[in-house]
Amino acid sequence: MINQSESAKQGYALLVEQASPGSKLAANSLRAFFVGGTICAVGQIFKNALLAVGMTQDNASLVAACILIVLAVLLTVVGLYSKLGKIAGAGSIVPITGFANAIASPAIEYKKEGLVLGVGAKMFLIAGPVIVYGAMASVLVGIVYYFLR
Amino acid sequence: MTLLWAFIIGGLICVVGQLLIDLTKLTPARILVLFVVAGCLLSGIGWYQRLVDFAGAGALVPLPGFGHILATGVKKAVDERGLIGVITGGFTAMAGGVTVAIVFGYLAALVSKPSGDTP
Repeated sequence: MINQSESAKQGYALLVEQASPGSKLAANSLRAFFVGGTICAVGQIFKNALLAVGMTQDNASLVAACILIVLAVLLTVVGLYSKLGKIAGAGSIVPITGFANAIASPAIEYKKEGLVLGVGAKMFLIAGPVIVYGAMASVLVGIVYYFLR
Repeated sequence: MTLLWAFIIGGLICVVGQLLIDLTKLTPARILVLFVVAGCLLSGIGWYQRLVDFAGAGALVPLPGFGHILATGVKKAVDERGLIGVITGGFTAMAGGVTVAIVFGYLAALVSKPSGDTP
């Protein structure tokens, strides 16, 4: 009887173990989807409003992105963006707001190391690689485009 | 209608990022790098623009959209200035967003106290 319940327990633990990676995966994805989707929808709402007041497509896209960046920095300052990140995972990392948070957050944390090598340098802890590889990719695209256009 | 597609496509791009975090050993920083490079190359061959036409901010706000901005910027600069455009286009295109992020990130650091809550 004891053995049975023990093995049942173990069996249950095994079932939980087998089921949870999948359900955790689904739950994480769902949260990333809703938060990421919402951030993009908010960006679209800003863009629509800017187009409505007569901005060009390019300017409206840029200004909408800048508003999202400023909002993300403000949320980082009050500590809400890291809370959002715990819920949303990639949903808060992948949008441009995550890039803004990746700049503001180390800038704040490394302030104690000074304004130059603390704030000035650590600001690019994550944004730096993004800019470096973005620049590399853009040069590659530019060269190929120059010869193939 | 673009609003709905912005939500769906933007959400789906984030799900791809989440799956990469959960299923591979890629760190968030590596995923951001991967997304920017992927967006830039996909835009280079003309595919990403179609997603932008269709999903608006859903394609522009996630990091591949940043790569797309770089690629469209470099193409425009090459059209205007030839090979010189190769070295000016990318940074010119990202200047606005990056400058705003730097300025506000810097101001944020000035007014905030470190929380010990590392990124």
